[in-house]
Amino acid sequence: MKLIEAIIKPFKLDEVKDALLEAGVQGMTVTEVKGFGRQKGHKETYRGTEYTIEFVPKVKIEVAVADDLVPRVLETITRSAKTGSIGDGKIFVRDLHAAVRIRTGETGESAL
Amino acid sequence: MRMVMRYGIGIISAVFGVAVWASGAWAQEASQLPAVSKINSGDTAWVLAASALVLAMVSPGLALFYGGLVRSKNVLGTIMHSFIILCLVSLIWVLCGYSLAFGPDKGGVIGGLDWAGLSGVGVDPHPRYGPTIPHQAFMVFQLMFAVFTPALITGAFAERMRFSALLLFAVLWSLLVYAPLAHWVWGGGWLKKLGALDFAGGTVVHISAGVGALACALVLGQRRGYGTDYMAPHNLPFTLLGTGLLWFGWIGFNGGSALGANGTAVGAIVATQTAAATAALTWMVVEWLHRGKPTALGVASGAVAGMATVTPGAGYVSPFSAILIGLAAGTFCYFAIVCKGKLRYDDSLDVVGIHAVGGITGILATGLLASKAINPSGADGLFFGNPAQFGIQAMAACAAVLFSFIGTYMILKLVDGLMGLRVSSEEEAIGLDLSQHNERAYS
Repeated sequence: MKLIEAIIKPFKLDEVKDALLEAGVQGMTVTEVKGFGRQKGHKETYRGTEYTIEFVPKVKIEVAVADDLVPRVLETITRSAKTGSIGDGKIFVRDLHAAVRIRTGETGESAL
Repeated sequence: MRMVMRYGIGIISAVFGVAVWASGAWAQEASQLPAVSKINSGDTAWVLAASALVLAMVSPGLALFYGGLVRSKNVLGTIMHSFIILCLVSLIWVLCGYSLAFGPDKGGVIGGLDWAGLSGVGVDPHPRYGPTIPHQAFMVFQLMFAVFTPALITGAFAERMRFSALLLFAVLWSLLVYAPLAHWVWGGGWLKKLGALDFAGGTVVHISAGVGALACALVLGQRRGYGTDYMAPHNLPFTLLGTGLLWFGWIGFNGGSALGANGTAVGAIVATQTAAATAALTWMVVEWLHRGKPTALGVASGAVAGMATVTPGAGYVSPFSAILIGLAAGTFCYFAIVCKGKLRYDDSLDVVGIHAVGGITGILATGLLASKAINPSGADGLFFGNPAQFGIQAMAACAAVLFSFIGTYMILKLVDGLMGLRVSSEEEAIGLDLSQHNERAYS
């Protein structure tokens, strides 16, 4: 099992969610986050006073998936979250050691 | 706290004393007033309506304009500044401010206390203060100006002034800076005798508030974290709503200064509208060229700068001259605000850049563009063959700048010595809303 974390542009969330559901993902966790990458924030100007906003608002999606689904999920997120301009975000994949469905006590892939 | 109480009681008892003394004098003087001329109901209705318009400029106009520009932890404290000055100065004005400003002239410098507590200020018109409206209508119209001016200053010390210090400052400033200056220009004082033209308050309102604001920014010093912390406006829609109300009210501010429902009032309103619109567009274009984007706050600032700048000339200039005034306002005030960043003084909400620079520009522009063809009771400016008027205007501007700066500076030092001007750094970090008023705007 893998935990896939994708940091995407907030306005792309609906598109990515729909694409992931279609790709066979059953659930996801979404968090509003802030951060920066090579884009390094943006500038705001108020009557000539300039503020550099280093942390840009983003949305983080977490999906836990079985190993065989990983390539498909990565491809789906990359396709649906892409605008082609700077700040489209990143995807991180990590190993997932265990999963438990609280209601039934199921473990492993059947808990996903 | 005990100290605040002591000063509070002192102020209240002084005020009460004046009121008692004045009510005694009332009975004697009312009968001596000559019946001057007939009250015109149209003129009176317009001046009363204009008074209400200027009231709307203070609260909610200025209160929201400034309230939106501060951080969310200071919005109530900022709105409170305008609101409490409205209450405090209204009372001071009735008790003795009006008399000091417009009462019988003492050496061209100040009005006497003869009219304290509105003694002798009744329904009968005063020959110089609107011969066709009740004297009290003029008084209440002027009251709104007296309220608006110190409320403008509060933008300079936003987010760090102690509330108790603000109260004492507002009382002293109204009596010691505003009232004498209003007397010099409008109450028959030396600038009036010299022939200075100030239709609705370029010197009395905008230079005095703008330059006073500079003194405040210098004496109080920068906000904690100025230049490093994120201090962007917390609610620009508030500020734009406030701008709209200021614009709405300014029709009465300048139009009402004609003291009648007449051609001069119409001319002043046309000039105000033209200058405000031109200055807003000018600011937008200048900012677009200089910074790459036209901003909503920029357009709002330009409109206010245009109205402040056209104020002294509104009743004396043609619509075309008003366009020139608007162009000058949008350009000069924009670059004044850009310079502020380089000079590093923290005039938090840009009272200096808009009102001092706008007021000075407007007073000088009146010396260039005033025309007797527009208003026979005014004078011709330099462009209409009377260079002397420009000299008089320059002198009026200098006098207002010096008097307001020195007066405000001394009052600030006095209040600082008595009770301290600034909140503690901990209170500043918490914000004025919680630290000064025990409440929060957004919970």
